[in-house]
Amino acid sequence: MTTETGIGASVRRKEDKRFIIGKGRYLDDITKPGQTYGYFIRSPYAHAKINSIDTSEALKAPGIVDILTGPDMEADGIGPIICGWGITSKDGTPHKAPAHPALAVSHVKYVGHQVALVVAETLQQARDAAELVEIDYEELPHVIEVGDALASDAPQIHDDIPGNLSFDWEIGDRAAAEQAIASAHHVTRMDLRNNRLIPNAMEPRAALGEYDAGTDEITLYTTSQNPHVHRLVLSAFNAVAPEHKLRVIAPDVGGGFGSKIFIYSEETVCAWATKKLDRPIKWTADRSESFLSDAHGRDHETHAEMAFDADGKILGFKVSTKANVGCYLSTFASAVPTYLYGTLLNGQYTMPAIYCEVQAGFTNTAPVDAYRGAGRPEATYVVERMIEIGAREMGIDPGEIRKRNFIPPDAYPYETPVIMAYDSGNYALAMDKAQAAIDYSGFEARKAESAQRGKLRGIGYSAFIEACGIAPSAAVGSLGAGVGLWESAQVRFNPTGSVTVFTGSHSHGQGHETTFAQIVSDQLGVPIDQVEISHGDTGKVPFGMGTYGSRSLAVGGSAIMKAIDKVVEKSKKIAAHTLEASVEDIEHSGGVFSVAGTDKKMTMAEIAFSAYVPHNYPADVEPGMDETAFYDPLNFTFPAGTHIAEVEIDPETGTTEILDWVAVDDFGNVINPMIVEGQVHGGLAQGIGQALLENCVYDKESGQLLTGSYMDYCMPRADDLPTFRVETINTPCTTNPLGVKGCGEAGAISAPAALMNAITNALGKEIDMPATPEKVWRAAQGL
Amino acid sequence: MYEFDYKRPGTIDEAAGLLNDDTVLLAGGQTLIPTLKQRLAQPEALVDLSAIESLRGVCPDGDQLAIGAMTTHAEVANKATIPVLASLASGIGDAQVRNRGTIGGSIANNDPAADYPAAVVGLNAVVSTDRRTIAADDFFTDLFETALEEGEIITNVTFPKPEAAAYIKFDNPASRYAIVGVMVAKTSSGIRVAVTGAGPCVFRQTEMETALSGSFTTQALENISVSADGLNSDIHASAEYRANLIKVLAKRAVAQING
Ligand SMILES: Cc1cc2nc3c(=O)[nH]c(=O)nc-3n(C[C@H](O)[C@H](O)[C@H](O)COP(=O)(O)OP(=O)(O)OC[C@H]3O[C@@H](n4cnc5c(N)ncnc54)[C@H](O)[C@@H]3O)c2cc1C
Repeated sequence: MTTETGIGASVRRKEDKRFIIGKGRYLDDITKPGQTYGYFIRSPYAHAKINSIDTSEALKAPGIVDILTGPDMEADGIGPIICGWGITSKDGTPHKAPAHPALAVSHVKYVGHQVALVVAETLQQARDAAELVEIDYEELPHVIEVGDALASDAPQIHDDIPGNLSFDWEIGDRAAAEQAIASAHHVTRMDLRNNRLIPNAMEPRAALGEYDAGTDEITLYTTSQNPHVHRLVLSAFNAVAPEHKLRVIAPDVGGGFGSKIFIYSEETVCAWATKKLDRPIKWTADRSESFLSDAHGRDHETHAEMAFDADGKILGFKVSTKANVGCYLSTFASAVPTYLYGTLLNGQYTMPAIYCEVQAGFTNTAPVDAYRGAGRPEATYVVERMIEIGAREMGIDPGEIRKRNFIPPDAYPYETPVIMAYDSGNYALAMDKAQAAIDYSGFEARKAESAQRGKLRGIGYSAFIEACGIAPSAAVGSLGAGVGLWESAQVRFNPTGSVTVFTGSHSHGQGHETTFAQIVSDQLGVPIDQVEISHGDTGKVPFGMGTYGSRSLAVGGSAIMKAIDKVVEKSKKIAAHTLEASVEDIEHSGGVFSVAGTDKKMTMAEIAFSAYVPHNYPADVEPGMDETAFYDPLNFTFPAGTHIAEVEIDPETGTTEILDWVAVDDFGNVINPMIVEGQVHGGLAQGIGQALLENCVYDKESGQLLTGSYMDYCMPRADDLPTFRVETINTPCTTNPLGVKGCGEAGAISAPAALMNAITNALGKEIDMPATPEKVWRAAQGL
Repeated sequence: MYEFDYKRPGTIDEAAGLLNDDTVLLAGGQTLIPTLKQRLAQPEALVDLSAIESLRGVCPDGDQLAIGAMTTHAEVANKATIPVLASLASGIGDAQVRNRGTIGGSIANNDPAADYPAAVVGLNAVVSTDRRTIAADDFFTDLFETALEEGEIITNVTFPKPEAAAYIKFDNPASRYAIVGVMVAKTSSGIRVAVTGAGPCVFRQTEMETALSGSFTTQALENISVSADGLNSDIHASAEYRANLIKVLAKRAVAQING
């Protein structure tokens, strides 16, 4: 309707003004009267027994308020940090999760493990006092790599979890996959490593607890992607406060990438301690703490076997993965390497048989959980490296082998052997467009030109698929989730015609304040500057499951559509009454309600005003215009696409330059193409970061985090990246009212495989991520 | 950070008078401040050199260029009349670091991966202090160690203008310090090849100097095999890889000089 600001328009982001003029309000910008500051004492050891904690000297330090420890929390009945998804092992037993007290009680299990909270009038005083706390640690043997942790002679991390094994899970048909492999024309076998990453949101995690002794209410400000989930868990499991006495506010949040989904120790402690001490307590991670204690991502060791017939058609696929979950199971840690991973191993292809088994192992490292893409980048990496290597081994063009295996556009809905039902897609179209955009047929000539300059040129594909719009509650419930994954929305008209939308989705960079406003503006004809999107406060928003898994638009946006439907329904009644027509005769289009076949009509603004000034309403029309809807998705959504990367390698130094990048993605309908393009760029930057630059390294000997600052952990920077060429194709999703699929994770999911395929194509040799200059140089030199 | 006093003397003498075992000189603070923030040092006082005008500036003087110790990398990048020095300075860190960090702070710190040491040694500069002058070859002694005595203040660094020179740096992808940086220069005292990033501190690659003195061509370096012995090895680069880079970068520097 309002074409310049409606669905499909590249509206500039409404929220950017406050960020650009420095008026964003992040957690550390908030300070309360009587503010105190918390400093966490953290374990310097990878694994140790705590013999004693002596706080007597520290409690005499200037400005000290108190020092709180694990036993204090236990004494107050505060429950341990939980994992919200139950996984069942092959043998039918539930996954094993060690008790995870928010502050260590008897043992520390990784460097950075929270041991005590020092509260003082200033942060400096808290840090000074912390140095006076005497902790007697007794070091124990530790293990860092998951392969080592699952070996028979590994040090035991948790007394009650033999062999450090959390679960041994499987999906698919083992016999069928093995049969296909045994009788295939060709089998590609590979060991693949998915490197461990540290999320690095620009704003570090933070928490501010504030207790009101008058109302007995705790307000927790925290850097959360899902404030209601924080409230639910902190209330139901940690028993910090009853749900109606706990308000969680996630103000402007500077990026999350998954790492701010989880309910961590620090905010749990701050929420509890504020009431105990009756003082507001603020903790803001410094960057070193973020490196040590944010949940890390990925970290898989995989062996894969892909079976082909003589034409390159995939016959079977078998994948065995060891997933490092760190020292405890974080909030969704068990779901990531299982239902967000094994279920995506079908890729875009017809695969008659798939089998996947995953062993999740504990190590003396920070917990590992969802990070942008969460399981799906790992799956895409395995699928897309395997088919590419298969093509190379069989002498088939890598684009061609994919086309031979694509699920055809007329095969939907398509049931995969790993329980997903794809609703729609057009994989060959995306690939054709990508090949045309990058001039695939001209590659050999470009390669020859590079060779003349002594350079190695390579090209690589990734035809990725992801399951987004997470997720149908019934489906995830049957798979072990402890929650439903619906979303809520409230569309409230003010009497003067402006609208406030309350959404349970949370924007921490995604641009919801613009995209969601476009939907309302488009559907109800309200000028976009009169639509306000409110989120991030359990005191304002009815309920919500938050933002992750590219779900905000597909699920949160659909909830807004459902609320809009209710507004329309009610408005029709009001229009019918006012215009003296029957409800059946009222037609609605873009905020104009007219009587069919007449020129009688009312605008949405007129109806909203009348709803609050109901001077002549009949008894069956309720005043007010404020509708709430909950939406539970019918299915996951399945964004997919083809990315092609072209690189040039300097064999003398091992430097890789990305020369070109084409991304053709099918995100279904697109509400704001500019925001979508930005999301793809950001995802690609992170995916390229994983493949080329980023790597979390713990020292095996000492258990210390070696990449604990930007001096050693390499984030991608603008000059590491090419000019991306991003296109979309739009086969609408058939299972949600907006026809949208989600775009937030695609780049991060797709990029690593495309880039590694390009680099290994140039080298003619396999290497693992990240493709550092030294690794590339060694491969290029045959060392 | 721990608490400390802050002094801002107006003259070199005044500064020297304030130095003792418990005080530390503050130049651009790009190394010192992060160290303090991490509580890795606990000085009683910082003696800030920024108010001493005579320590700042880029002064061409015939065949020489004198650079005050407190001159920032950005000023050197913009004003140095020795092109290789300007381009080296413009490749240090990022804009913020270049606008604060100083040449005096950099060489006093002698980080094994810093860029300036390659210029000081490669161009055969002279380091002046409040007490004496120190030849480049004598200044950098070991990992984070220099010839400076307790309480000695660098006042300036004087670079003779080279006939031709090139500095090629291979960035650490994370920190952007040098994994290896090689300065090749034709100077009045002969061909000099200085290598930073690869060892405990900057060193001259004399075998290459000799070869290039015979024939200033990339071919002259072809048969030199750089040993990995004694070179740094860390999570970013092994000694063997650094050895390779020394040769590759030296050849590229020679090629750049030869146009
Ligand atoms: C993010 C980042 C990236 C960087 N990248 C690079 C890079 O790529 N290449 C590179 O070479 N460097 C790099 N640096 C280092 C930077 O360029 C500075 O040169 C360096 O930090 C020291 O200079 P400063 O003036 O800041 O000294 P300060 O930090 O103030 O002092 C450093 C030390 O020198 C002593 N000192 C200072 N001035 C004098 C003096 N006149 N006489 C005697 N002693 C003195 C101080 O007491 C102190 O011990 C980087 C730094 C950062 C933070």
